[in-house]
Amino acid sequence: MAAVATCDSVAGSTGSAVATASKRNVTSFQKRGPRASGTNDSGPRLVSIAGTRPSVRNGQLLVSTGLPALDQLLGGGLAVGTVLLIEEDKYNIYSPLLFKYFLAEGIVNGHTLLVASAKEDPANILQELPAPLLDDKCKKEFDEDVYNHKTPESNIKMKIAWRYQLLPKMEQIGPVSSSRFGHYYDASKRMPQELIEASNWHGFFLPEKISSTLKVEPCSLTPGYTKLLQFIQNIIYEEGFDGSNPQKKQRNILRIGIQNLGSPLWGDDICCAENGGNSHSLTKFLYVLRGLLRTSLSACIITMPTHLIQNKAIIARVTNLSDIVVGLESFIGSERETNPLYKDYHGLIHIRQIPRLNNLICDESDVKDLAFKLKRKLFTIEWVQDNYLRQERNIYPPGFSYLLKQKDSAWGEGSLQHSTFLMSFLAKATAFASRLVRHSEPLKQNGSGRIRQAAGPRLWHDGRRQEAPGLLGIPP
Amino acid sequence: MFVELNNLLNTTPDRAEQGKLTLLCDAKTDGSFLVHHFLSFYLKANCKVCFVALIQSFSHYSIVGQKLGVSLTMARERGQLVFLEGLKSAVDVVFQAQKEPQPLQFLREANAGNLKPLFEFVREALKPVDSGEARWTYPVLLVDDLSVLLSLGMGAVAVLDFIHYCRATVCWELKGNMVVLVHDSGDAEDEENDILLNGLSHQSHLILRAEGLATGFCRDVHGQLRILWRRPSQSTAQRDQSFTYQYKIQDKSVSFFAKGMSPAVL
Repeated sequence: MAAVATCDSVAGSTGSAVATASKRNVTSFQKRGPRASGTNDSGPRLVSIAGTRPSVRNGQLLVSTGLPALDQLLGGGLAVGTVLLIEEDKYNIYSPLLFKYFLAEGIVNGHTLLVASAKEDPANILQELPAPLLDDKCKKEFDEDVYNHKTPESNIKMKIAWRYQLLPKMEQIGPVSSSRFGHYYDASKRMPQELIEASNWHGFFLPEKISSTLKVEPCSLTPGYTKLLQFIQNIIYEEGFDGSNPQKKQRNILRIGIQNLGSPLWGDDICCAENGGNSHSLTKFLYVLRGLLRTSLSACIITMPTHLIQNKAIIARVTNLSDIVVGLESFIGSERETNPLYKDYHGLIHIRQIPRLNNLICDESDVKDLAFKLKRKLFTIEWVQDNYLRQERNIYPPGFSYLLKQKDSAWGEGSLQHSTFLMSFLAKATAFASRLVRHSEPLKQNGSGRIRQAAGPRLWHDGRRQEAPGLLGIPP
Repeated sequence: MFVELNNLLNTTPDRAEQGKLTLLCDAKTDGSFLVHHFLSFYLKANCKVCFVALIQSFSHYSIVGQKLGVSLTMARERGQLVFLEGLKSAVDVVFQAQKEPQPLQFLREANAGNLKPLFEFVREALKPVDSGEARWTYPVLLVDDLSVLLSLGMGAVAVLDFIHYCRATVCWELKGNMVVLVHDSGDAEDEENDILLNGLSHQSHLILRAEGLATGFCRDVHGQLRILWRRPSQSTAQRDQSFTYQYKIQDKSVSFFAKGMSPAVL
């Protein structure tokens, strides 16, 4: 199990794998990597392609989506051979950002790009990619950002934040200095021209391609989809991403980005009519695309305006045919914009589906209330914490006294801190409520440690306390 | 093969019933663990299995099969398993014109065709070989999953016809079993899917329904499994038995428990 395989030996082994595969008349690409079934192997060998890493759970090869926070929520990254479907937000403001982060990550890692759009020329899309934050510059800017948010309440925040120490961290603040997986990007700057020119990219702009006379196979897809599929298949075969081309031995990842798939600009009418004539075009396209991806070293991001699709059944079918589905919901124009709970955020992000690849289980995150915000430069994803505080206030209504039982194993070290947390926030609540309660004499102590007179409830009819036994003697 | 599920269904690989259609359906969750269970179950029962895998690649099932104790590559080499990899076949059909009719030939046709080539493939795969010695006990057809055929342009009636033909051949003529998976779209109002699901529910002998919990996501209980035994051929004098269990999927097995009796809660 060599940790790092040299180019020659890995290329040699894939060559032999392809040769034996063709002997057995199997054309599916079976690279001797973490994804192969490998019954004859001594064990999976790590394939050393730039910008990828094997998953901890099942050795699946992962690429970064361009947002380290999103990578963490998806269980480490996007698996090679799968589709990431982004359900666009209503005004298509934030989904192009995710699209661009994905492509920018490809350029930084030296992957080959394939950008397909019916609206914008791919060359223009590439000009607008965000600039990567390099290590030393990055640290300085992170400190800057953290400083701006420091308030006097940060001390109290630390105590409350402890409660959530057990929940997984949302993102590592500050870059890992020599990270080859997952970079941070500055949304306010453009990617330097030399990086774009040094990269290998292919563009598919529908208005240009639709008029050319490529040989079209008879298929019931709309012509736009058919052309796109042929284009993708051509690139995969020509550049050797599926290992079937004997002249080309490719050890790189192909990142495919398709923008606004399903919109009327692609010639599809699912956004216009409920039961159009082409209702199966999109799902067929996704199926054949899945077939192409599964047998090649590629990863795909698709943004789709699902809020426009009239027939809800199609959305369910599209979800079943995609691997990862992430939905974006921005607050612009909705009543949530004025909700104080969401005042720091720009929208919600829903992880609707995560695939179970090569496994019975998947790495589903426990945290479901996620919100994103686009700070000056960075796109961050956090979970909306106030929900939890609100729920706890309902469990411990103010006006009652509580005995905090300290369980040994429940919170590890720090049950003292837990009680500090509750005390600090109950103190706020009871300070308000206690002025409504009449404080009586402290209960009589008979010296042996047992209180002779137990505190009775003495409640009013609506359940509020009439009397609370004071713990301290009231000074006369 | 999950031993706990075998206990719940009261079967073992040695003495499974024959001539039965089992319907797997999932609503709001992923029911593919049931497909892996039945695949390894029937391979261990020494049956000849034809697996029409439309949604995932061979290596996916193979890796999970290894965790469950069967080797799909060895089974395929022995001739015990006939595997139709739908994704690969679809790519071949769409991009290259083939001479002989392929199982997924309908992808090239503009209007809704029928699934006759697919049925021919299944019949060819499961027909008894006249070699004299009986190597395999009985044939089994597994389909994962049928809802994909609807997404590819087939009508619900065409898919029901296909299942009818397969049932006549596999269950009645060859005394084998069939297991099919259909997604339940729930409130997505997929009419074709509902027609398919209802039609199959009436024809099947055993329905396993994996549902997500009504209260949402839970780390310790992944969902609920409803088991319904039916006797479609007999009159409705005998009531159908139905049980409900909750389950948690682990790395190599699935643990089942009665509702509310999850070990995390007790």
